[in-house]
Amino acid sequence: MKTRETTDFLFELGCEEIPAGMLPGAMKELKVILDKYLGAHNLTSGAHIEVYGSPRRLAASCETLKIKQPDEIKDITGPPKSVAYDASGRPTRAAESFAQKMNIPVDELSTVTTAKGEYLSARQVIRGRSAKEILEEVLPRTVAEIPWPRSMYWTGMSGLHFIRPIRWVVALLGGKPLKMVLGDASAGDRTSGHRFLGKSSVPVKNASDYVQKLKANYVLVRPEDRKKKIEGELRRLAAAQGLRIHEDANLMGMVTYLNEYPTAIMGGFNPSFLELPEEILVTVMRDHQKYFALERKNGTLAPNFLAVINLDQDKAGLIRAGHERVLRARFADARFFWETDQKCRLADYLPKLAAVTYQEKLGSYGEKVDRIRELARWLSEQWFASGISHASVGAADRAAELCKCDLVTEMVREFTELQGIVGGLYAKYQEEPEDVSVAVYDHYKPAGLEDAIPRNITGQAVSLADKFDSLVGCFSVGLIPSGSSDPFALRRAAIGIVKIILETKLPVSLSMSIGRAGRALGRGSRKIAVSQAVEKQVLEFLLDRARFVLKETAGFAYDEINAALSAGKDDLVDAVRRMEAVRTIRKTKNFEPLAVSFKRIQKILEKAGPEAAWKLAGVRSELFSEEAERDLHMRAAALTKEVDQQKRVGRYRDALQGIAGLRPAVDRFFEEVMVNAEDEQVRKNRLTLLSGLLSEFSTIADFSEIVTAEQGK
Amino acid sequence: MIQQPYDVEVGAGTMHPETFLRVLGPDPYRVAYVQPSRRPADGRYGENPNRLFKHHQLQVILKPSPPDIQALYLNSLRAIGLDLAAHDVRFEEDNWESPTLGAWGMGWQVLLDGLEITQFTYFQQSGGIDLDPVPAELTYGLDRICAYLQGVDSVYDVRWSDDQSYAQVRLLEEQEFSAYNFEYADPVITRKLFELHEREAGDLLEAFERRAKGTGRRFPILGAYDHCLKCSHLFNLLDARGVISTTERAQLIGRIRQIACRVAVDFLAQQAEARSATAAGIAEVSL
Repeated sequence: MKTRETTDFLFELGCEEIPAGMLPGAMKELKVILDKYLGAHNLTSGAHIEVYGSPRRLAASCETLKIKQPDEIKDITGPPKSVAYDASGRPTRAAESFAQKMNIPVDELSTVTTAKGEYLSARQVIRGRSAKEILEEVLPRTVAEIPWPRSMYWTGMSGLHFIRPIRWVVALLGGKPLKMVLGDASAGDRTSGHRFLGKSSVPVKNASDYVQKLKANYVLVRPEDRKKKIEGELRRLAAAQGLRIHEDANLMGMVTYLNEYPTAIMGGFNPSFLELPEEILVTVMRDHQKYFALERKNGTLAPNFLAVINLDQDKAGLIRAGHERVLRARFADARFFWETDQKCRLADYLPKLAAVTYQEKLGSYGEKVDRIRELARWLSEQWFASGISHASVGAADRAAELCKCDLVTEMVREFTELQGIVGGLYAKYQEEPEDVSVAVYDHYKPAGLEDAIPRNITGQAVSLADKFDSLVGCFSVGLIPSGSSDPFALRRAAIGIVKIILETKLPVSLSMSIGRAGRALGRGSRKIAVSQAVEKQVLEFLLDRARFVLKETAGFAYDEINAALSAGKDDLVDAVRRMEAVRTIRKTKNFEPLAVSFKRIQKILEKAGPEAAWKLAGVRSELFSEEAERDLHMRAAALTKEVDQQKRVGRYRDALQGIAGLRPAVDRFFEEVMVNAEDEQVRKNRLTLLSGLLSEFSTIADFSEIVTAEQGK
Repeated sequence: MIQQPYDVEVGAGTMHPETFLRVLGPDPYRVAYVQPSRRPADGRYGENPNRLFKHHQLQVILKPSPPDIQALYLNSLRAIGLDLAAHDVRFEEDNWESPTLGAWGMGWQVLLDGLEITQFTYFQQSGGIDLDPVPAELTYGLDRICAYLQGVDSVYDVRWSDDQSYAQVRLLEEQEFSAYNFEYADPVITRKLFELHEREAGDLLEAFERRAKGTGRRFPILGAYDHCLKCSHLFNLLDARGVISTTERAQLIGRIRQIACRVAVDFLAQQAEARSATAAGIAEVSL
């Protein structure tokens, strides 16, 4: 509600075209910074700030901004009352000088009672500043604080820095312009319409007037309005031809921020280009031209595209003809690359990889390929030996050999994002076994948490080998991801390893794979020594990503993940089975109390000092003096056999159930037995019993990792 | 100023001394010229409708950049007959950078119905030196613009004159140089040439840098720069030939940049020397 205390505020930065990829982030930041400043000055008190953005403008408005800050009343404590008045009750010099300092008459002073006694007090009213004054102060600061990946200056080096030159500024409070200069632009009440369709000077009064006037001048300043228009028109045009859009959320986001008044138009291309692989055609259309590809009902590509233009219509059809001509040249280029690359076979590019650096200390891609081959062969061998009969050492070796060859092809030099895919397409075209070509095509996968893993076991082997090599190699030369810096995408590699293992359930020992990758690096021409400390670092890094993946995709709680991993972290598939068992069993009545007891045991053992000081070779029953300890020992011994057997066949839930059943015996032990007995031998015997309990029954999950209700409080 | 093309092989109009050197320092300057630009890796044996080994740029420098620069630019398109309401003209982010020249700026590629017709850059650095005032650089792709204006699909179909087409004038050159750049250029000789030019440029710059104070006014810094341009072209040739590794590539770029940056620094030193000499001259006269 607008009241007499509030008014409307509108702020627009008129810019030369802001990069589309940066606009959404800049809008968000503008809101955060304005909220921060206006909130700190008590001007918003929860009122909503709306932000707008299109290529030539970044704007914000608030319909109920306070006209001025509320006055602030403060009581200032002065000297003690005892020294402020003399015996006859008249103010002393102390009272007078305090009153003077506070700028109020002496008789307006009051007293306040504190813990230390009575003191003088003076009421001070701090007048709130006007919104106008505050805005003129904080808006230039707001503009300077919007972060950009890289900014520029245009009025000389000492001038304003921003993403592109600011050419006009609208800053209105209650319809009146604020006084402000940004770069060489002074604030006023005039915005500018669409570059070609609108008026160049449009007076505006307030936020709603702003949105409407801009619309009348062919600028949809709200991104959601543009997106709606684009989506509607794309669908309509596609449907009219019986086609559907090759969905692409990133491209949709991009065109939304590339235009002030987007309109979709359809164009076509010569069907002979459809001989080129779909992946290449779609990439050319998307990356170079920002066109949407179209599909027929059967999923094959149609010789048409949809472009989004920054006008209301293609009145003479010239725009469509222009776009078609450009696309023809682009496709001709792609065909040129394809034909040039086919002059030799994919494997013939292998020697050239010696000249492509992967990383300075880790050497060339040629060297990396040698290591990937070794690891991929080893993984496949292991799998085959463990009974996975479709794991093929030969196929994995061939796919690994070919996997990086496309890096030196013309096609990938032009379209780097098609690495792997191009190699796969060439391998298929050159009639490599399908197993191999699919593996090459997929081996960079998964590109993240959401992406699919390689489709076949050969691709999985090559992908794992490539990623283990990257991780161990980079860690060993000190390239460890920190904060936002991860130039070799090692986090993504680690997530990829975890996802492949978890989704395929292939047996992969993390520590052995890391060790193997380390040895391959040591044997290579650079003889890179990988220390055990580095191997451990890599393992921890992988486990950290595993925790993240398990939490995000399987919904395990952190304590369940930690409990299972600290009982065994080499085999992730097994760890997940144990996690599932923990998740089921933790709801039963005995589990959490037992976890509490296990934590208690751990503390007792820690307090007892190093094992050597107390641990006996085994529990000696002749030292038992209490029934409770004898009982616990017997039950534990019997349970150990049972649990071992269940563990061997993977019946973790039953095993945990059994362990949880130990709770009454453990409880009784703690009720009736004093661990720290006076007799040293008895004490040692009891400690040995407890430590045995802990180690025997923590091999499925470490109970002491479980966060119990008691701790949760 | 209307200037003429530079007569040493360059990859872009930016490399012409009228841009590379004139953007340095505080003096305002406005210049336009056509620059044939050679990019060995872009050769397509005359088979691509708009990719060329040698294309023609119209290079414009406005230093400092005026506030209405975009409007001025768009008016230049109207002036050559484009109806901007009937075409999709847009400014898409493209920050130009020339690692060999130690030069970069921020700006856009201007697209006409999806076709890149101009590179529009607010220059921020040249020869490794921060630029103040900021010049605007407009680089028009003339071959493509002509094809567009004449409504032909391929630059080779452009009417060069009433009776000659672009293909008649230039196709053979494109074919021969594509073959030379991709197949025939001798890597050993090309490398050798690179080293000779590098050495000559280095020797010249060193002589200038060790000069006695006040003796540099007529020193041939421009000569050193010509050799720097030669290195740049020979590097592009080696690159197109596919004989340099990624590591070596970075090294060679670094070596050329080093020369370019020294040329820029030395050029400014020479200018400063000339200015102080002139000031001294004026002082003498006024005595």
